[in-house]
Amino acid sequence: MPNPQQCKFAKTHEWIASDGTIGISDHAQKEMTDVVFVDLPKVGLEVKAGDACAVVESVKAAFDIYSPVSGKITKVNQAVSKKPALVNQSPYENGWLFVIEKSNPAEEAVLLSLTDYEKFIEEETNGH
Amino acid sequence: MSRLEPLLIDQSVKGRRGVGIPKSPVSQPLGHLIPEKFLRKKKPHLPEVTEFQVVRHFTRLSQLNFSIDTHFYPLGSCTMKYNPKLNEAMAGLPGLKNIHPLAPDVVSQGMLEILYNLEQWLIRVTGFDAFTLQPAAGAHGELTGIFLAQAYHRARGNKKSVVLIPDSAHGTNPASAALAGFKVVQVKSQSDGHIDLSDYRQKLTDEVALIMITLPNTLGIFEGQIETITREAHAKGALVYLDGANFNALAGLVRPGDLGFDICHINLHKTFSTPHGGGGPGAGPVGVKKELEPFLPVPRVLKEKEKFVMRDSKHQFPQSIGQMRSFFGSTGVLLRAYTYMVTLGEDGVKEMSRRAIINANFIRVRLSKIFKVAANEPCMHEAVFSGVPALKNGTKTLDIAKRLLDYGYYAPTVYFPLIVPECLMIEPTETETPETLEAFCTTIEKIAREIETDPEMVKHAPHTTPVQRLDEVQAAREPVLKWPSWNSAFNTFYEEKTQKSQGPQK
Amino acid sequence: MYHPNSTSDEKNLLKKIGVSSFEDLLPRLPKNHLNPGLGLRKNLSEMDLSREMEGLAGKNGSPLSFVGAGAYDHFIPAAVPAIQSRGEFLTAYTPYQAEASQGTLQSIFEFQSIVAEIYGMDMANASMYDGATSLAEAVLVAVRQTGKPVVILPDALHPHYRRTLETYFGSNPGIQLATVPCPHGVIDSKELDMKLSANKDKVAAVVIQSPNFFGCIEDGAEWTQKAHAAGALSIVSANPLAMGLLTPPGEYGADIAVGDGQPLGIPLSFGGPYVGLFACKQELMRKIPGRLCGKTVDTNGQVGYVLTLQAREQHIRREKAISNICSNQNLMALAVTLQSSLLGPEGLRDLAELNLQQAHYAASQISNIPGFKLHFSAPFFNEFVLELSGDAELFQQKALAMNVLPGLILKPYFPSLDRHILVNVTEKRSKEDIDRLVSVLRSVK
Repeated sequence: MPNPQQCKFAKTHEWIASDGTIGISDHAQKEMTDVVFVDLPKVGLEVKAGDACAVVESVKAAFDIYSPVSGKITKVNQAVSKKPALVNQSPYENGWLFVIEKSNPAEEAVLLSLTDYEKFIEEETNGH
Repeated sequence: MSRLEPLLIDQSVKGRRGVGIPKSPVSQPLGHLIPEKFLRKKKPHLPEVTEFQVVRHFTRLSQLNFSIDTHFYPLGSCTMKYNPKLNEAMAGLPGLKNIHPLAPDVVSQGMLEILYNLEQWLIRVTGFDAFTLQPAAGAHGELTGIFLAQAYHRARGNKKSVVLIPDSAHGTNPASAALAGFKVVQVKSQSDGHIDLSDYRQKLTDEVALIMITLPNTLGIFEGQIETITREAHAKGALVYLDGANFNALAGLVRPGDLGFDICHINLHKTFSTPHGGGGPGAGPVGVKKELEPFLPVPRVLKEKEKFVMRDSKHQFPQSIGQMRSFFGSTGVLLRAYTYMVTLGEDGVKEMSRRAIINANFIRVRLSKIFKVAANEPCMHEAVFSGVPALKNGTKTLDIAKRLLDYGYYAPTVYFPLIVPECLMIEPTETETPETLEAFCTTIEKIAREIETDPEMVKHAPHTTPVQRLDEVQAAREPVLKWPSWNSAFNTFYEEKTQKSQGPQK
Repeated sequence: MYHPNSTSDEKNLLKKIGVSSFEDLLPRLPKNHLNPGLGLRKNLSEMDLSREMEGLAGKNGSPLSFVGAGAYDHFIPAAVPAIQSRGEFLTAYTPYQAEASQGTLQSIFEFQSIVAEIYGMDMANASMYDGATSLAEAVLVAVRQTGKPVVILPDALHPHYRRTLETYFGSNPGIQLATVPCPHGVIDSKELDMKLSANKDKVAAVVIQSPNFFGCIEDGAEWTQKAHAAGALSIVSANPLAMGLLTPPGEYGADIAVGDGQPLGIPLSFGGPYVGLFACKQELMRKIPGRLCGKTVDTNGQVGYVLTLQAREQHIRREKAISNICSNQNLMALAVTLQSSLLGPEGLRDLAELNLQQAHYAASQISNIPGFKLHFSAPFFNEFVLELSGDAELFQQKALAMNVLPGLILKPYFPSLDRHILVNVTEKRSKEDIDRLVSVLRSVK
């Protein structure tokens, strides 16, 4: 169970833990409102950093989930398929989406720390 | 509003029937006609009810609806005008309703003449050179138009893979372009809804096959730069498509064909008043300029020596994109639209758009004290607002929409276009009286006061409808999309019946 | 008289708007193109228009017709149009405001239930444009679901359906249409095996139509098994009325069932509007196009209905939407719901059997006439291919002179069937009508 303090964040609101577990941030789940469906990638899929590889749906919107890093999908969270509300209830724990085997750890350099991510959200919100 | 009605299946009692089916006088044992393995074994779970039960059930259901016949329906972008009863009567004439779509031309002369005439009327109103009546809806017309553009470019050896679409467009535009295999590139709109010309010019590359434009745009504003846009597109070898969803504002006032458009679809269920039917059927005829005519779908209706003929052969139309659906088109819808146009005539068509525009502007001015007008200038057929100035005490535009239902008005279109915050889009149409418009605006003012005095009541509206706000999250998380099937105890029904009728051969 | 505003109303409104003339409301319209002469006729009164339209309707013939081919002349009980034409259904729009649209929504829920039951499938959507476009959408689902490009079509598929698929996918590099021959009126088993093995691991779907264009009943169970063994989906296009009697696609494991609802309560109306039926297995629920209506509860716990799973649709997903469709043929779907409710399970079966019996009576009577023979020996439902002794055009002309239209000439669709017509007999053709057809055939052969 990753601690958000130790995760890295993408500006597209995904987090990634050191073991390659990926989910969406607490801020993102609030913005999305009630998640009603999660479409997860197939295990074994090779993705590049920035590829849309999952979709999270609310009643009135659909959100692409972009992989923060390149690699191969090794595991997906069947629990969120059955109970999408987990994404809202527990974005950093039970609501994780998939695990990736990173092929290029250097890519993580462009990702943000929790503090920087929170700063980024604040700027974005004020910008509007 | 009457109380809710149980599902018809829950009123079912085994053995009841709504309609009697006679026995064939020339019946043979079923087993002689069809191998047993092809026969249905499991009984479908359909209602077993009398005709009266069916009639009462659906009459009661109908009474749970708002409709144009019963309520003002200011749904922006949908042109909910009065649907004349005459249109229904004409489409229902036995000599028209009962014609088979593949009957030989000699049997369908009257029908072909009407369809030919309808094409001519549409050509005259739009300034295009040819029309196909085939598309089943506006979105289907878009897809047809995009295929036409694709065929046009292919015939010229052009390799163009991009369709430009303003960000304020209806979602069907990008969906249709993607379905035809094009890459969609968005063009920015300014806050007043006009296309950002510098962004347009930047994105108008040699790759662009087609630009899709909604006119008036989804803010109800006429794009003043339209001739510049079409001219520059043509200079790059691109075609320009008019999404005619808002044609009610233009009919008789200006012809799209004169403005440089190459292709357009017209939603007959909007501008030409065919009933929306709770979501369809529509019809989306597509008009084109001369250079695109060879690509139109088949079958086509032609006039040859005072006779009307329907033709679909590859020899006659070698460049046609083919067929977009089965048969000729949604003829029943086309007949209604034709009736409407002929009833109006030249002057009536002009009066239609003129009065639609006046009514919308009345709404715009009258409600500008409550809401913020999205574009600060006269609108065309619909007035678009941001609800923000009226939204106090934590209320949202949705709450105003729901509260309107309590006062017997259908809600305007809300949250579209996306570029206007807390958007309301109101299209009164020409068929509403000044009294109705006045009463509607007064009601909006009243709701604005309620937001100040009793916001919680507004937030929980509607209060008088058959149901209150529905749990859409539950509906999407655990979908229930049909009534339950029979449990297996009933499944031998068809089997028993089949065996009984199989005769001694078995 | 549809426009209420009198001249003084208009003046009054313009004053309230704050402009002195209508033209002041059109600041951006190009002056040089404004207000063109359209060259349309003058308006007509209701009386004059009715007279004119009745005159045009009278120019159409009304022969005793045995043309079907995907559009069938069936009995429609009076209650169907009576309810369907109620203004509250007719003049409502898409049920966006669910609280003010429960009638439409519940009727969609009932429609979805009925279509799913008729096809024996897990679920159905709120409808598509027609049978041909439903099939096109099903093909898209299969290609997307399997990630494979090849779709196998039977040669006996309705030619309009085939043309529609060719238009939709002809220039799509991701979809390849292949055809399996039907030399005996139905899919040839060996040919299907060959097509499947020639496209090993590339087949997204096998399309089955049953009854097919020739009226023949396909062995849907066997073809579905072959499709599944090859890792492909099975898509079945079926006449819903025939499902009263024939094994529905759901009983043999088809993945998607589609069809045209026209035979259940919709008049011929020269080709439309009809309604496309679309039913599928549960696992495809979030992958299918079109509106879906679901059951839920309101804030008081009262049962109600809403449009649901909308994140698949164009107004949310735009270019990533599953389909561009943004409507359903709701009023025609209502006709199907009404007709099916009046028939019930037994009525549906009896009506299907009546079609089968009348058509078989006609086939046996006609094949007794020297010079005529049934072209295929496969079992059929209410339609069959008849081989004539001579030119079909000439034959039709002669028959029409006696006000009988014996069937559809097949040559334009299948050049090898150059002396053949497709004869359809519904329950509306009485024994006397059939006997008249037989006597006309005897006299013109």
